[in-house]
Amino acid sequence: MSERSSEFWRWREYRHTQPNMDWNQAKIVTAGIDIGSVGSKAAIILDGQLYAYSVMRTGGVSEETAFKVMNWALEGTGLKTENLHQVVGTGYGRVNIPFANKTITEIACHARGAHYIYGPSVRTVLDIGGQDCKAIRCDNKGKVMSFLMNDKCAAGTGRGLEVFSDLIRIPIEEVGKVSLNVTEEPPPVSNTCVIFAKAESVALLRQGWPKEKVAAAYHLAMVDRIIDLLTKVGIEKDFVITGGVAKNIGIATRLETNLGIKPLEPELDPILAGAIGAALFANALYEKQLGLR
Amino acid sequence: MITAGVDVGAKYVKIVILEDGKNVLARANGIVEFDVWKSANDVFEKALLNVGLKREQVGQVVATGMGRKIVHMKPPIDAKEIVPEVIADAKGTYYLIPTVKTVIDVGAEEGRGIKVSENGGVRDFVINERCAAGAGTFIETMARALEVGVENMGPLALKSMNAIPMNAQCCVFAESEVVSLIHSKVSKEDIAKAIHDAIAGRIASMVLRIGVEKDVALIGGVARNPGFLPPLKKELNTEILIPEYPECVGALGAALFASEMEGQK
Repeated sequence: MSERSSEFWRWREYRHTQPNMDWNQAKIVTAGIDIGSVGSKAAIILDGQLYAYSVMRTGGVSEETAFKVMNWALEGTGLKTENLHQVVGTGYGRVNIPFANKTITEIACHARGAHYIYGPSVRTVLDIGGQDCKAIRCDNKGKVMSFLMNDKCAAGTGRGLEVFSDLIRIPIEEVGKVSLNVTEEPPPVSNTCVIFAKAESVALLRQGWPKEKVAAAYHLAMVDRIIDLLTKVGIEKDFVITGGVAKNIGIATRLETNLGIKPLEPELDPILAGAIGAALFANALYEKQLGLR
Repeated sequence: MITAGVDVGAKYVKIVILEDGKNVLARANGIVEFDVWKSANDVFEKALLNVGLKREQVGQVVATGMGRKIVHMKPPIDAKEIVPEVIADAKGTYYLIPTVKTVIDVGAEEGRGIKVSENGGVRDFVINERCAAGAGTFIETMARALEVGVENMGPLALKSMNAIPMNAQCCVFAESEVVSLIHSKVSKEDIAKAIHDAIAGRIASMVLRIGVEKDVALIGGVARNPGFLPPLKKELNTEILIPEYPECVGALGAALFASEMEGQK
């Protein structure tokens, strides 16, 4: 197959500031930076409430990405890095954030962030990121009780979806919806390896399968793999999904159908869970320094 | 008597045209495009053209490779028989190197280790089935990350004297690791060597599962990569023979089977 230069994998980068909030009024201003393998996120919180955030693609140099994503979150708010009382870094590239006061693993941050986004009833967090898939069990305070993650193989992660979107030439933000456009679920793609699953998808397209059906088969295979992980860690309600892939409706819908458990609907962008968690840890750290805790 | 072997691989179609079960009249190969059947026919056409033959002048055709079913009983190639890759590999290698006991075939998407029996049959084999990290695709993916042509990867690796361990096995993880190595200013030569060391380690540990007995032969497209042989030799602690046209050995094996069929008619 010839290489294509199209960019169907490319997802939108964005930032947001909550209106009706004023950092000048806040006692504590903290930030969380989540440098993922594929996406980087920054969240700024005022006294424990989300104020501003940014989401962008991780570049080749983690340090540069960290500055960029931080500055983008600050943009337009009048806040400067020196106004931040505390910064916590997390994610795959967390050791390369020069301005972070502390680093905390993404497992802890995702559980904490999910607790913020979805509330204290959350017991199982599934985080599907660019190269990682983690199943986390947590308590009513968002503290991690146990977890499992894929550490040897990228099957069932966002990067696989990127490769697949490019293959069938459907933008990554739509590929999940397209995969639901089948009257009956086909058998899942049998290969787990991202490279093999791509080759198998090519073979299905060659057999004349419509794109929707191949997409369904690909999504189903990812879901099977994710459910394996969830089953191993044990799933308890309430169940939530975080990370970029949480926004893929083809994955979320099938997880619900095949698990028989409906994930909670997020009110905030679930890709932010890690960064929000990190910012909340930063908030707690600063309170501790002030002797408030 | 003229016969042919067709090897429809994951990335390339290889064809060998054989006279009297011993003289190779033509070899041809070409990339597998979206339409596999057409790609195979085009390469077959090219091979025939090379020796000025017509399809009718070729007797039996045997097909192998992961796409072998596509040309099975379908004109113009119309392979009457299909054989698995490991059987064709053993047959072809044994014909070229009669002392061979272990064949290592590293193709685009599969790596195989084959124990060859006294008469060129297969005694045991092992294949990477679940993961592409032990195959040519791994080098190709990493070449893209390094922005180096895949054919330059081996020569580049040979320039390095350093051993940098690569932690990731998965192609996707390794790609990220290569990117971070580039950004931590590790030279392309060292990274290329690390990539070859990694794939050689992976193939070696797979082949060791069936045991390595001399003589050992390396075939498949990756055998053309000079950077792969030194780490593989080191890992297996043995001399390794590479036949001429290593990528065509499976097709040769298939052509030899075709000659046997023709002889039995």
